Amino acid sequence: MKKSVAYTEYHPKWYRTRVSTYWWSRRWTYLKFILRELSSIFVAYFVLLLLLHLSALWKGEASYVALQAWLRTPSVIVLNGVSFLFVLFHTITWFNLAPKALPVRLGGKRVPDALVAAPNYLAWLALSAGIVWLVARG
Amino acid sequence: MVKRFNEPFLWTLFSAGGVVAAFLAPVLLFLYGLTFPLGWLAPPSYEATLALVRHPLSRLVLFALCSLPLFHWAHRFRFTLYDGLQIKHLNEVITVFCYGGALAGTAMAGYLLWKIP
Repeated sequence: MKKSVAYTEYHPKWYRTRVSTYWWSRRWTYLKFILRELSSIFVAYFVLLLLLHLSALWKGEASYVALQAWLRTPSVIVLNGVSFLFVLFHTITWFNLAPKALPVRLGGKRVPDALVAAPNYLAWLALSAGIVWLVARG
Repeated sequence: MVKRFNEPFLWTLFSAGGVVAAFLAPVLLFLYGLTFPLGWLAPPSYEATLALVRHPLSRLVLFALCSLPLFHWAHRFRFTLYDGLQIKHLNEVITVFCYGGALAGTAMAGYLLWKIP
């Protein structure tokens, strides 16, 4: 065999089928994946809304009242409704993923996913109820 | 470019942000985005909200609630553009935009929570 192999600077050209940019639209599972990933945009929007509240609180009562009026605009309510659904989707997918990312074993057997996720859901409901009480009591 | 050794650190922030957002974002968005604007519950006054935010513990929680989910978004959104939409030639611009945005939001949250009387 000849030893002098000349290496090229570049990669050899492999045969690879091109994946369509819209590959995720083909199946419900793929679509669910991309929706889950896109939920992060609405998580960021939630933070933006939080920062707007903090900014208005800092500026004074007039700013806060103006923000509350802006939040009553129909288009903003629709946007917040959609964002709420996406954020809820984030929570559900996140809790359901936890047992898969961190499988719990007891006595050599894997604890069912639902049993690992359940405490998270319970804590979430309790925390949410606590916040409603804290914020809405007056 | 984000170097490889930063990856676990960024992933930790992504994960922590995911947890914080999962627990707190739905209820707060539901209250302040729907319940109060639609009048299902009487919205708390400016003074009551300020009194709630003013507490040191609230400031700490709110800071984490602003910062960590932004890093969650930065990480996930970066890979959504990379894998989902296959935008690979703009990788560096996207990286700077995502983590830069998260840092800017964190700085703003810190400033506001420090300044709120």
